[in-house]
Amino acid sequence: MKPELLQGNEACVKGALAAGCRFFAAYPITPSLEIAHGMAYELPRRGGIFIQTEDEIASLGAVIGASLAGAKSMTATSGPGFSLMQEHISFASIAEVPCVIVNIMRGGPSTGVPTHPSQGDVMQARWGAHGDHPIIVLAPSSVAECFSLTVEAFNLSEKYRTPVIVLTDEFLAHLREKVFLPSSDEIELVERPKPAEPPEVFVPYRDPGTGIPPMPSFGDGYRYHVTGLCHDERGYPTTRADEVEPFIRRLFHKISSDFDKLQWGETYYTEDSTLNIIAFGSVARAGLRAVKRARAKGMKVGLLKLLILFPFMRRKVTQLMENSTTILVPEMNMGQISREVKRVNQGRCRVETLNKVAHEPIAPQEILDKIEEIYG
Amino acid sequence: MARKKHVVYKYLRTTKRFPSIWCPGCGVGIFVGALLRAIDKSNYTKDQIVLVSGIGCAGRITTYVDFNTLHTTHGRALTFATGIKLAKPELKVIVIMGDGDAVAIGGNHFIHAARRNIEITSIVINNGIYGMTGGQLSPTTPLDMETISSPYGNLEPPFDICRLAEAAGSSFVARSTVYHVGHMERLIGKALQKRGFTMVEIISQCPVHYGRRAGLNSAVEMMEWQRDNTVTDEKAKGLSEEELQGKIRIGVLVDREAPTYQERLESLKEKTGAV
Repeated sequence: MKPELLQGNEACVKGALAAGCRFFAAYPITPSLEIAHGMAYELPRRGGIFIQTEDEIASLGAVIGASLAGAKSMTATSGPGFSLMQEHISFASIAEVPCVIVNIMRGGPSTGVPTHPSQGDVMQARWGAHGDHPIIVLAPSSVAECFSLTVEAFNLSEKYRTPVIVLTDEFLAHLREKVFLPSSDEIELVERPKPAEPPEVFVPYRDPGTGIPPMPSFGDGYRYHVTGLCHDERGYPTTRADEVEPFIRRLFHKISSDFDKLQWGETYYTEDSTLNIIAFGSVARAGLRAVKRARAKGMKVGLLKLLILFPFMRRKVTQLMENSTTILVPEMNMGQISREVKRVNQGRCRVETLNKVAHEPIAPQEILDKIEEIYG
Repeated sequence: MARKKHVVYKYLRTTKRFPSIWCPGCGVGIFVGALLRAIDKSNYTKDQIVLVSGIGCAGRITTYVDFNTLHTTHGRALTFATGIKLAKPELKVIVIMGDGDAVAIGGNHFIHAARRNIEITSIVINNGIYGMTGGQLSPTTPLDMETISSPYGNLEPPFDICRLAEAAGSSFVARSTVYHVGHMERLIGKALQKRGFTMVEIISQCPVHYGRRAGLNSAVEMMEWQRDNTVTDEKAKGLSEEELQGKIRIGVLVDREAPTYQERLESLKEKTGAV
């Protein structure tokens, strides 16, 4: 393996290509643009498709269409564009169409501070789309993870037939780091399940037991119906309570039944720590530095870095809480993932927050100051 | 004597329960018959065709017919269709929209699909009203018309969908009505054979939410209105300026050759050396 100097957005491009992405549609928006630029250059050379659409609604619409035709597909955007995509995230969720959406968080609300980092879209990623729906949200915190989690985003979306969101921020998007990327034979790829039975007896949305029905592509000879309406096993619209209820529950269950496999977090110095930091994205980097400095001063501090934000890794977080007196959640927002931490805490320990909305990175010293304040 | 089985049965889903959701007198059913007959006369197989629809009464067509079918979001059918066509160019992509669907909420997608001249056959069923939501004004509702959302009369002049498609770059633009059922079928057939982006506007009737308020008391009266207020090119030749006043032109309005998006993609492949 030879080292490469890459920025986060470039690593996303390389991750998508390594995952087999053949279709990319996007609308220009800072600070996600290097992803579109990379795809515009790379995809046509590889027989893939790049299209710059008239808006972000069209981007995700085209991505879903391409995925239904059998192509692994992705889009990339930032806050305001991500808001426009919510309508189609909801559609991809109910119609069970695999797709990957990269959202580079920038300072908001609205146009905000377009060229500075933020973590203000955590809850938008979880709940932004209308209707009760499951979602998977991944959060890299290094350039190498921008690569690996983009690959995993494709794998999870194919496996569960669901939209997957990769949430990074402007800081990470433009950060350049030395990385060693794996070769293609070292990367495990997942493809969507295909029907084993012939078209005549195929029932497109019948639960095979896993909650994930096999998915033929348009043109494969399985002429089935795809709709954003609640549908029965055959794909036809239904309003019957005895069909709608199990259908929506299956959408959730297909992901939640694998909950144990989705506890993607990394712990640092947590063997004997009583004050633990829970952080994600670029803030987790500052968190680790702060932990190391605190350790040098003799404080028993640890870190849990979240790589998956949703479904929220309740198990790993509560394990950490069992041995903690205090949890500190630093975030570049007014407190979004800390709400999840507080939700699962149920009185186990104190939960402190450190929030910054100046739309600039949280420095290790700021976290260290907070640690020292808590230590008293 | 054995009754000949109608050709549309070949294309209706056997697994879907009928009747359809459309109201008695609705023009959509007549359109579906014409569409299926036009498809039957084309060389496309059921497996090759992807029928994409938006939201509204017209959006429900995809439920009943035996193709690869996709019922999308309101106004966005063309965006999904774009992705399908680009990812799998061998598929024949047909998009069905309503008037509100295509030129209100989907207006942006409509003009850009036409501008790209992407290989999609699009059909807009124009009944001049939002039928499914109960009769609100649409961008094709006539000026001064009273609707449930314009109880004192419509303040907005209507769009001419065909002129919009023409200006945006559509290769083929045509208009028909559900009254002219054979004419409609032939125009859809022509659109299916044409390269590039094609747009056929079908003037249809909503007796429940439009006719009732417009003083046209039945579907029959509304279809007679279509007959009396439209004119084909052939008929227009024999009429004076005065007689043509206020008549809606039907037939092929634009038929031009222009490079399609797919053709440009092919030359891009040569440029990049992609296999």
